[in-house]
Amino acid sequence: MSMRKVAVVGAGMTKFVRRAQETAKELTWHATRMALESCEMTLDDIEAVCLGTAPDSFDGVHMKAEYLSDGAGAWGKPFMRSYVGGGTGVFTPIQGWYHVASGLFDAVLVVCEEKMSSYYPHAQAAFLTIFDHTTERPLKPNLLWIFAMEMNRYMHTYGLSKEDIARVAVKNKRNAADHPCALLGDANITVEDILNSEVLAWPVNRLDVSPVTDGAVALVLAAEHVAKRITDKPVWIQGVGWNLDTAYWTNRDLAYPRYVEYAARMAYEMAGIKEPRKEIHIVEPYDPFDYKECHHLEGLLLADRGQAPQLVADGVTLRDGNMPVCPSGGLLGVGNPIAAAGLMKVAELFWQLRGEAGARQVPGQPKRGLAQAWGDLMQVGTVIILGTNP
Amino acid sequence: MSLLERHPQAPNAWLGNLPVTSRYTAGVAGEKFFRALKDEGKILGTYCEHCDITYIPGRIFCERCMAELDEWHDMGTTGEVFTFTLLFENIDGTPVEEPIVVAFIRIADGGLIHQLGEIDLDELSIGMPVEAVLKPEKEREGSILDIQYFRPIPE
Amino acid sequence: MTSKFKQFPGTPLSEADFQEGKILFRHDEMKGDFAWDTGIAIGSYLAALKEGFLLGGYCQTCRKTVIPPRTVCEWCFRPMDSYVRLEDTGTVNTFSLCYVTWDVKRIEEPELPAVIEIDGASPLHGIMHKLGEVDPQDIHIGMRVKAVWKPPEERDGAITDILYFKPIQEGES
Repeated sequence: MSMRKVAVVGAGMTKFVRRAQETAKELTWHATRMALESCEMTLDDIEAVCLGTAPDSFDGVHMKAEYLSDGAGAWGKPFMRSYVGGGTGVFTPIQGWYHVASGLFDAVLVVCEEKMSSYYPHAQAAFLTIFDHTTERPLKPNLLWIFAMEMNRYMHTYGLSKEDIARVAVKNKRNAADHPCALLGDANITVEDILNSEVLAWPVNRLDVSPVTDGAVALVLAAEHVAKRITDKPVWIQGVGWNLDTAYWTNRDLAYPRYVEYAARMAYEMAGIKEPRKEIHIVEPYDPFDYKECHHLEGLLLADRGQAPQLVADGVTLRDGNMPVCPSGGLLGVGNPIAAAGLMKVAELFWQLRGEAGARQVPGQPKRGLAQAWGDLMQVGTVIILGTNP
Repeated sequence: MSLLERHPQAPNAWLGNLPVTSRYTAGVAGEKFFRALKDEGKILGTYCEHCDITYIPGRIFCERCMAELDEWHDMGTTGEVFTFTLLFENIDGTPVEEPIVVAFIRIADGGLIHQLGEIDLDELSIGMPVEAVLKPEKEREGSILDIQYFRPIPE
Repeated sequence: MTSKFKQFPGTPLSEADFQEGKILFRHDEMKGDFAWDTGIAIGSYLAALKEGFLLGGYCQTCRKTVIPPRTVCEWCFRPMDSYVRLEDTGTVNTFSLCYVTWDVKRIEEPELPAVIEIDGASPLHGIMHKLGEVDPQDIHIGMRVKAVWKPPEERDGAITDILYFKPIQEGES
């Protein structure tokens, strides 16, 4: 494929908080400015902006990305919005990637923002629109139903217990205690704490879910000749993949996310990866619920079906294990502002691969990481692979 | 029943609605701007030195260069009509008795969209100088409606 | 975190900050009323519900029977070949016991949503609905269930013409 090489050269993010005072525009600006400052670039150096943010009905703001564009430095520039549910956080950098890889632009800002607290009284109600209006909404469904049912099916198919899965929440919340922007970091949390939290929709307990969060993250992407001038440690985008499954979520196998597999295969092929379990050193799968981390690890072909919880139990996925998973703390620990959460994971890989992750640093000089996000009604899988080699 | 025809007994449409209720914070800039309007009756703007531009309402960042803005200025309460329109219908389509005048009032490099009041329609013109008429202090809430309307500045 | 950053932006607020008026805010409401066209396939699905049965669609090329029916097969992109009348019995594929409403209010008696694979449709093809007349502790994946319908005069041509699915013994129909 004759695509140009693209690197991530800068990143910035706001704290992830339950309700921010800043308006959505102000949050966006904070992340954008930080990303530019981190690589000492100015807005004049940026040629295009890609922004990802949740649908207009969340905030009641029409064309929300364009509304936020001033905070993202898009004034007078080519601008594009993307939204694929939670998958946005990994999809927007993919979009930024092809802006640069195609040769159209040399430096692009990638920004993702979410201010869920505007939806009052609780953002979960906004998700009513995820269900089909004629055949499902009359049942007054609830976002938790889908996840609870998928978790149930997953546990049943492989004979897993709630305890097996709760270990993921414990690992991630403990990891997040080392993340300065985290909302739910807790260095002392235990499996009992997770299992004793109130049942929302069995088998989902309160601490199995990531909360409504506000936050923004931004990255700067650059073409090879520009990246090498800006930093001596560019992190290269080696592979991208994205895929969509059927909209009829009740017409497929809920125990396995095949759309994640297809997206992963696309990314592995592009990156020339033949044995992902050996060649990927850090994994940041999307973990809005603890079972989802396991579900996605299997979809990414990094664990055999039904075996991901065993990896967690064996300590393989700890920061100093053989395959660290969510060293950032993930969504369960840092927070889940829908569109920005995935980009937080990509930013984490950026910092990890440069050795700049501070207390969260994965030892052993990791060279390659994978971030994956997922969105909508179990539909979208997006995968991006970053590495220290071009 | 062929898959190209509608079923004669099928309901034609399914009715529903989108329940969106929001609670918006004024934001960091909004906090300053609307408190000044509420407590002091002032309209504030912020100045970007790099781009030589004043934003009204004031913002905490410049959208052209991303600089942080912390120079807040009192922009006064007067401006000029940059453009206007007359509304003859309410939002639900029912007619109004007297046309409502809505204008963009230019203040320095920015401005506000608001209503014009105490205005003789024959005098209405682009460029006419106007001043803000605020609600009494007790009635102000920290909202754009703390300004009741803009009216022509008497000669 | 990259050693350059010491401080991260973002001002967290608590619910009390709003109640006590420490910061300015305003409420807003969107008015969004819709009349969605039911379309050819879903219109037929709803008409079938009014008459008291479940309707699926069949694609000859893919040899799949799907529910709800569609006019086009999403795998081979040909028009679907026919509607198929399906049974109103099925098997529980997955379920949950939900103690919160869609707008996050706590409830005592859990709602029992489930994905039910409908008899007559292809494997793993089903619909979402609710379970009823069952002790939540007895529900299990693989449980056989049957639809409980509203009386014919009360049906509207909606998915709610089925009140819920209840468990049946094997051999029952």
